[in-house]
Amino acid sequence: MNLNAIAIANIKRRKAKAAFVLTGLLLAVATVVALLGLRQAVSFNMIHQLEQYGANIVILPQSDSLALSYGGISLGGVSFDVRKIHEEELQQVYTIPYRQNIAALGPVVLGVVSANDHDVLLTGLDFETTPVLKPWWRIHGATPSHEDQVLLGAEAARLLGLASGDTLRIENSDLIVSGVLEPSGSQDDQLIFTPLPAAQRILGKEGQISMAEVAALCHGCPIDEMVAHIAMALPNTQVMAIQQVVESRMQAMDHFETFAYGVCGVVIVVSGLMVLVSMMGNVRERAAEIGVFRAIGYRRRHVMRIIFLEAGILALVGGALGYALGQVVMRLTLPLFTIGDAQAMHHHGGHGDPLLPVLAVGLSVAVGLVASVYPALMASRMDPNEALRAI
Amino acid sequence: MSDIIASGLTKQYGQGSLAVTALDNVELRISSGEFVAVMGQSGSGKSTLLSILGALNTPSSGTLTVDELDIYSLNQDQRADFRREYLGFVFQSFHLLPYLNVLENVMIPLAVIAGSRRNKEEKALAALAEVGLDRKANRLPSEISGGEQERVAIARAVVNDPPILLADEPTGNLDSRTGAEVMDLIGRLNDKGRTIVMVTHSEENARHAGRILRLADGRFVDV
Repeated sequence: MNLNAIAIANIKRRKAKAAFVLTGLLLAVATVVALLGLRQAVSFNMIHQLEQYGANIVILPQSDSLALSYGGISLGGVSFDVRKIHEEELQQVYTIPYRQNIAALGPVVLGVVSANDHDVLLTGLDFETTPVLKPWWRIHGATPSHEDQVLLGAEAARLLGLASGDTLRIENSDLIVSGVLEPSGSQDDQLIFTPLPAAQRILGKEGQISMAEVAALCHGCPIDEMVAHIAMALPNTQVMAIQQVVESRMQAMDHFETFAYGVCGVVIVVSGLMVLVSMMGNVRERAAEIGVFRAIGYRRRHVMRIIFLEAGILALVGGALGYALGQVVMRLTLPLFTIGDAQAMHHHGGHGDPLLPVLAVGLSVAVGLVASVYPALMASRMDPNEALRAI
Repeated sequence: MSDIIASGLTKQYGQGSLAVTALDNVELRISSGEFVAVMGQSGSGKSTLLSILGALNTPSSGTLTVDELDIYSLNQDQRADFRREYLGFVFQSFHLLPYLNVLENVMIPLAVIAGSRRNKEEKALAALAEVGLDRKANRLPSEISGGEQERVAIARAVVNDPPILLADEPTGNLDSRTGAEVMDLIGRLNDKGRTIVMVTHSEENARHAGRILRLADGRFVDV
């Protein structure tokens, strides 16, 4: 017989009250585990999506020009001394220190052509890079696999009255429409795409490109440094990061984190109050028992230890069960918060963090013990004489 | 030797004009091995005297000395240690813990002292054998009679072999036959050398004591 045995026996006797404390801690830990796990998984998912978002760096010819466009309406522009980019120069991009973070490099050549009596913007691309650079593309048909094939933007196809398999005459070449893009709301809807060499030939820009797009893997890579390094490697170009995309995504992530931490804080405080109220009730109900303990020679710290042992045991069990429940809740709700492979996200979320179970149980025990400090002090300060007379 | 010497013990509850004097300048000496019964009407101060003798209730003035220890000059923890080493309490309402079995109830005082579980169990079983309940060690308090519960409380009071036993109306909740059995048991404990101080209303029970003290209005009227 020791104090542990007394604490365990009392827990077994007061099952309903023990269940109340245990449930409070279990729900708190489950909520914290689920939210932190979701936060990690969503964060990983967002980074993963960012990596798949497409081009996040653009390389343009250096010029002294001001773009005169607003909200998609172009009013032309004033350009001075536009320098050309030669296709072979682009390979310099692969000399930068962070070259392993470059997922794709896509040269683009642009030019206005006449197609079926309409002026349209012809875009030459390396279609091998488009799955990385333009992952949002959905195509009815196929991407061009030969130089005599063409891919139409949705709006361009509508205006020209063409569908997959039709023939389009551009300048003096007959090209077969291999596919049509689904409307995306982007400038791509207005364009006609051909393989880069075909466009260079039609536009008379052999070996030249108008711009290039770079998809950089941003998880753990400093995008600003990559931009600077590319600019140094290509001195006659303007290199820019599409910061807005990254920052808005990160801001959304920050909001979710703040929300998750806020909910965790509230839940922890509420569960602590549940433990406090329950343990105080427990102590009041056991006044006579505590009086007997004190009368037969228990020191104040012995009485406190019984209260802490009870709270600690319940918190330990509540923490372990709460962790398990939190994992289940996270697994069930993960598909609502992430895009793509939820299981993979889960693996990179809470489940993948070996410290989380330790933190979950530690949190539960800490909340249980801290909330029991006042009840334990109250119990230890009970006057044994008063406690025994109260019966 | 565990002589109990009370000198000038006074206990007042409340303050000013509302103050009630429960004990009034009580002088008392109880020799080691003595069996003393304290009698008196309700409100005469006998329970207050017992709680002060039990180091549970600080007197307003006066001193209590046991084995030359000035009990109320000790701090709370030292007083708890004194109770554990010197005193056994037998309460009128038994105060057994309902969620522990008979053996575990008897072992409660041993839970805070060093020793193996086996050793503690042996001590508790010996105490239960002394009161004739070793065969009911695994029963819960609710599964035994009132007289047996009182005997369990006595076993708990003596399990760590204290020299002094303080009993507050030990037969108050028992029928006369069971009460007589309990008094015989207390008498046997005194025969083995324990000092016994018992508060009682019963003249019959008091006759088991070697000395009877009568309290009225906080003073001994017949020492």
